[in-house]
Amino acid sequence: MAEAQNLPVGSTTAGSVAVAAESTVATRMSAPPSFDVADFPVPHGREEEWRFTPLDRLKGLHDGTAKADGALKAEIDAPDGVTVESVGRDDARIGKAGTPVDRVAAQAFSSFEKATVVSVPKEQVLDQPVRVTLHGEGGTTFGHTVFDIGAFAEAVIVIDHTGDAVRAANVDFIVGDGAKVTVVSVQDWDDTAVHVSQHNALIGRDATFKSVVVTFGGDLVRIHPRVNYAGPGGEAELIGLYFTDAGQHQEHRLLVDHAVPHCKSNVVYKGALQGEGAHAVWIGDVLIEAAAEGTDTYEMNRNLVLTDGARVDSVPNLEIETGEIVGAGHASATGRFDDEQLFYLQSRGIPADDARRLVVRGFFAELVQQIGVPDIEERLLAKIEAELAESV
Amino acid sequence: MATLEIRDLHVSVEVDNGTKEILKGVDLTVKQGETHAIMGPNGSGKSTLAYSIAGHPKYTITSGTVTLDGEDVLEMSVDERARAGMFLAMQYPVEVPGVSVSNFLRTSATAIRGEAPKLRTWVKEVKGAMEQLQMDPAFAERNVNEGFSGGEKKRHEILQMELLKPKIAILDETDSGLDVDALRQVSDGVNRVRETGEVGTLLITHYTRILRYIKPDFVHVFSAGRIVESGGPELADTLEAEGYEKYTKGGVSA
Repeated sequence: MAEAQNLPVGSTTAGSVAVAAESTVATRMSAPPSFDVADFPVPHGREEEWRFTPLDRLKGLHDGTAKADGALKAEIDAPDGVTVESVGRDDARIGKAGTPVDRVAAQAFSSFEKATVVSVPKEQVLDQPVRVTLHGEGGTTFGHTVFDIGAFAEAVIVIDHTGDAVRAANVDFIVGDGAKVTVVSVQDWDDTAVHVSQHNALIGRDATFKSVVVTFGGDLVRIHPRVNYAGPGGEAELIGLYFTDAGQHQEHRLLVDHAVPHCKSNVVYKGALQGEGAHAVWIGDVLIEAAAEGTDTYEMNRNLVLTDGARVDSVPNLEIETGEIVGAGHASATGRFDDEQLFYLQSRGIPADDARRLVVRGFFAELVQQIGVPDIEERLLAKIEAELAESV
Repeated sequence: MATLEIRDLHVSVEVDNGTKEILKGVDLTVKQGETHAIMGPNGSGKSTLAYSIAGHPKYTITSGTVTLDGEDVLEMSVDERARAGMFLAMQYPVEVPGVSVSNFLRTSATAIRGEAPKLRTWVKEVKGAMEQLQMDPAFAERNVNEGFSGGEKKRHEILQMELLKPKIAILDETDSGLDVDALRQVSDGVNRVRETGEVGTLLITHYTRILRYIKPDFVHVFSAGRIVESGGPELADTLEAEGYEKYTKGGVSA
């Protein structure tokens, strides 16, 4: 692990590149993937997959004490041609994209009543995004949503989380051959919310999948985007932005499993932190299995610490079982907006608040522009402004 | 006409075992249109003088005054000093990741001028100033000081001086680390601003080399936290010939 607290600008957190016969990512998990919560022991907090997460703030999602006593208002705005169904867990599409890898994900799978399946027919090119709005109205809920995107279809999906909730959910993306999908998941919860979610993407042959994860709110948010490829030629782009305030725990755990040849992945997550007890965790696991010749992958995490008292844990991890690849790299760096930068900008007439805003906006701007959904980009920039206005 | 007046300035810094006085009573008056060179050995407090006037938080003013046209500079925040017309070209400008040079320059000019410069004339102004400093236009899209060479950092500092048009400019060892070509280009930039007659320049340097390109009206020798001798340009020639030994004897140099 690398604790990146109070490191000077440009310092790099340690990562690892392992050349291993057996994946340590798989072996270090406390139990193999399963749909049944009973297959996972109750975590005590020292497990590899839980060691950064404050279990006492999970509201019982991890130990079976959380009961589905809450309400979550869900609205789905689907363009013409898109179907929305409510199905049971015996539906063949449920769990097809991936299996829960930790106890909370399995708890969500074991506890949901009905799953929602949103389907885009093959070759359908949507001119409007599919918008899913989830507004927490208090209490605990479990969910499962599947987005089934047909071959050569094109879709933008926006999933918006607001309000107060304790929420555990799995979200599956079945991306058909040659399809192009952009998914934006915004965690704009109230500061009391707890949200744990595993995202499973199964990317078809020659398909393109872009995941944008934006986390601002919540007391504890833990998002686990995972990518598997169903055939060669797939491309995954995983973008993340987070703004972690005092007392918030925001954790993003990525996994890209290159098990088939000639696929690409690019992971870029950026976060800003401010305030006492702000804690951001980023885990980036990339596996290049022996069969995955021609893989091209890069992952990067950047953090900008704006005040004292914030903590970043950033752990990139790349495991390579074949040398026959196009490229593989990772980078992680945590910088501080420090007194010298502030002095420099102020000495050019720029007031302290404007200086901070300039730096943070600059930090995120490049990534915001890559989202490709204008209303989300604007909202994000406004949100960043609001976060900064609250600062120090 | 703008006048910077420094009177009996005492400045301390925090060190491991308490505080250490670096400046021990500096008196200096710099008027718009004048160029003063401050020369002295390493550790004499030259840079401390520059950073104290600019308001760096590391330095504590224990007594004395600094005024700009009678206004108390020491009461102003760092950005207020800049907006009042003070400018410090730094010896080691810091990197500001994520902020492009063009964005930085425009934000700064907007703050200093009190309104955003008109885009069309601004682009022309920046482009012209960069050309004169032999800076590649691609420079504008790079992040502030990130990956800049020593020479690029200094050009960038002088570019700001040209665009911000300060009343009083303090150049802290702008010549250090520059080859002759870069030194000439940077000096030309400083001279263009000086020729307007609108700037008072305080040129802090260890070497006399830069004074061949930027001719001072006054030369001051700085040693052990104060000005120990003042004269005209001929004093620089004496220093060139004799060095600082006569000022540092008796262990007054840090």
